[in-house]
Amino acid sequence: MAVIDTSADFSAFVRRGADGASRLELLVKGARCAGCMAKIEKGVGELPGVELARLNLTSGKLSVAFKGVGDPARVIETLDRLGYPATPYDPNEAREEHDREGRRLVLALGVAGFGAGNVMMFSVPVWAGLFGQELGPATRETMYWLSALIATPCALYAGMPFFESAFRSLRRGKANMDVPISIGVILTLIVSFSETLLHGAHAYFDAAVSLLFLLLIGRYLDHKLRAQARSAARDLLALQAPAAARLDGRGREHMVPVSDVGVGDRLAVAPGERVPVDGVVEEGASTLDNALITGESTPAAVLVGHACHAGALNLGGRLVIRASAKSEDSAVAAIARLMEAGAQTKSAYVRLADKAAAIYVPVVHTLAAATFIVGWSLGLEFRQALLRAAALLIITCPCALGLAVPAVQITASGRLFRKGVLVKSGAALERLAEVDHVVFDKTGVLTEGRPRLLKTPRDVVEMVAPLARASRHPLARAIAEAAGPGEVATDTKETAGQGIEGYIGGRKARLGRASFVGAPDTGAETELWFAFEGGTMARLRFSDQIRPDAAQAIAALKARGLTVEILSGDLAGPVEAAAREVGVEDWHACLTPFEKVDAIEMLTAAGRKVLMVGDGLNDAAALAKAHAAMAPGSALDASQNAADLVFSGEALAAVPLAIDVARAARKRAMENFEMSAVYNLMAAPAAMLGLVNPFIAAIAMSASSLVVMLNALRMNWAGGRS
Amino acid sequence: MTAIFFLLPFSLILALLGLGGFVWTLKHGQYEDPQGDASRILYDHLDDGPKV
Repeated sequence: MAVIDTSADFSAFVRRGADGASRLELLVKGARCAGCMAKIEKGVGELPGVELARLNLTSGKLSVAFKGVGDPARVIETLDRLGYPATPYDPNEAREEHDREGRRLVLALGVAGFGAGNVMMFSVPVWAGLFGQELGPATRETMYWLSALIATPCALYAGMPFFESAFRSLRRGKANMDVPISIGVILTLIVSFSETLLHGAHAYFDAAVSLLFLLLIGRYLDHKLRAQARSAARDLLALQAPAAARLDGRGREHMVPVSDVGVGDRLAVAPGERVPVDGVVEEGASTLDNALITGESTPAAVLVGHACHAGALNLGGRLVIRASAKSEDSAVAAIARLMEAGAQTKSAYVRLADKAAAIYVPVVHTLAAATFIVGWSLGLEFRQALLRAAALLIITCPCALGLAVPAVQITASGRLFRKGVLVKSGAALERLAEVDHVVFDKTGVLTEGRPRLLKTPRDVVEMVAPLARASRHPLARAIAEAAGPGEVATDTKETAGQGIEGYIGGRKARLGRASFVGAPDTGAETELWFAFEGGTMARLRFSDQIRPDAAQAIAALKARGLTVEILSGDLAGPVEAAAREVGVEDWHACLTPFEKVDAIEMLTAAGRKVLMVGDGLNDAAALAKAHAAMAPGSALDASQNAADLVFSGEALAAVPLAIDVARAARKRAMENFEMSAVYNLMAAPAAMLGLVNPFIAAIAMSASSLVVMLNALRMNWAGGRS
Repeated sequence: MTAIFFLLPFSLILALLGLGGFVWTLKHGQYEDPQGDASRILYDHLDDGPKV
């Protein structure tokens, strides 16, 4: 994460209340235990002007309430000193935090649970009566009326999420899983009322509520999966582009949300930070790493008057740029449009549960109609025939189907989450399981996306290291990393974009560009020169290294029968070298973002299901277009938004792991469907023959749900034991 | 039978109290930070009620 300059002004992130008080929301990294929480709340709470500091340990968010205007910079500084780097949340984002839908589902779940539990109280005497115990018709009717009193309001309230979704789906002329559920619940209530009124023996008030209770569990799990991924994605965004440093007339830096930057604003970009919006360099000189935007692995030098693109990483000195576009219409606009088109093709994907519903709905409803018509024409009473048809709908109501997929997907994504892979939705897992072709981007995906020192004699590294340790430049840091801890040069002076000068053991030395050290300039950006004053010169070369487990991960993918291809925006030379090293025969270089999309479209047209793994802005559109998409945690926010799964950490092994878990999840879901089908094959004839009573319905429904849930829990061991 | 007419409304009232309590905990944000609440009881000065 970029180091936040705590002398800067963060007041744009403070939300003002009506009563003069103000609030600040921060994402705090590294707070994991009770001790951290106590330390943070105490440290921040004792600052002057702070009324209350409260850390949510589950989400890692710190909410600070100030008495007056408040001093956010002081809070961030305090947190930094305590050892917890913090990033302020955009106030607009923080307000959207509230999870309304989740609360509503929990409330519905609570009401359904209350209803199911209490209706059971009246159902037990009725069931006892079914088995020959003494229960007069008058008592039974009283029990039914009392059941109705509780079940009807509970079912109507708890069923709202299903009724609304079914209505929306019907209005679009389709039938999703919620249509048979709604028909089932409403029909159950109507039949139960009419049976009770007509002094019938069978009423199913308990079934209506307990059905909703079980279904709401599934619905809530599905929602939780999406909400968890959404908030994790927001955290990633907050960490990535926290703010832009806008300069006022007197040259003081004000931190503002990137969305507030206007055309013509002067912005400071410190070394190691990303350029927040498109702009033109006004002051300073530096080297920019465009890998995330174009896929080029060689950094480019920029001088005053040069254009720079949002997302480029500043490798050299401090730059001052004049914004030439707002953040939402930076050079990314065309790519964003492509991404939107891609996202639309993805939303056309029909989920497993809805595919099952498409088979289930016509079959069951035809059967119910047939039961009624055949029963009536074969001499059953009208009421008796109708009751059998209703019993069929009740007992085959897709309770287990509603749980079958979400229960599996939440366990699968929980398992991947613990392995550092974030799944954005259940549909993403379903699509990932179908993949048969994997396309990799090179820079930042197959490679680490940062420079590493190439093979250099140990004594040279030792000689250069003291000076390198004094610099924050990425190339110098690569040397320091290779050398390990040790002596640091004294009296160092760093010239932005040029190099560093200092004393090692009393001898003056320089490390930097060829011209800075006095060597013949080759124009290469991925090398440094070093020399003691008047001494010999040494050249150090760097390159972007292949991730250590890349070859292994690709071999694992091939072993699973997947074909692998590299599509890169980089030049042919480095792409070919990388492809050879990781063992991929099929590679293409020098591709524009649009050519990448074309390549994906051609593969899709040929019937391939493509998984795209990419990190750059040049991949974003391809990520959106591909059947499934993964991005590393170091990727640009646009790419993370376009991807279905985001994996953190250095290991590319996350890709085969995610595919394994997704395939196992699909297998479990299919097993669940099969079990539901077997259950329905037994239950439906029983209902058609009139063998079902309220007790059998209650047992059958809960047993099938339980079996499905237990099968889903087996997902915890998918892809090898942890 | 008379016992039932007394016990039924009584048990329903109890259950309604339970439901009311659940809604209350939900409205007061008691499920927003389960990890934090579990840790808070370890410290005397943090042992306060949840905040909306």
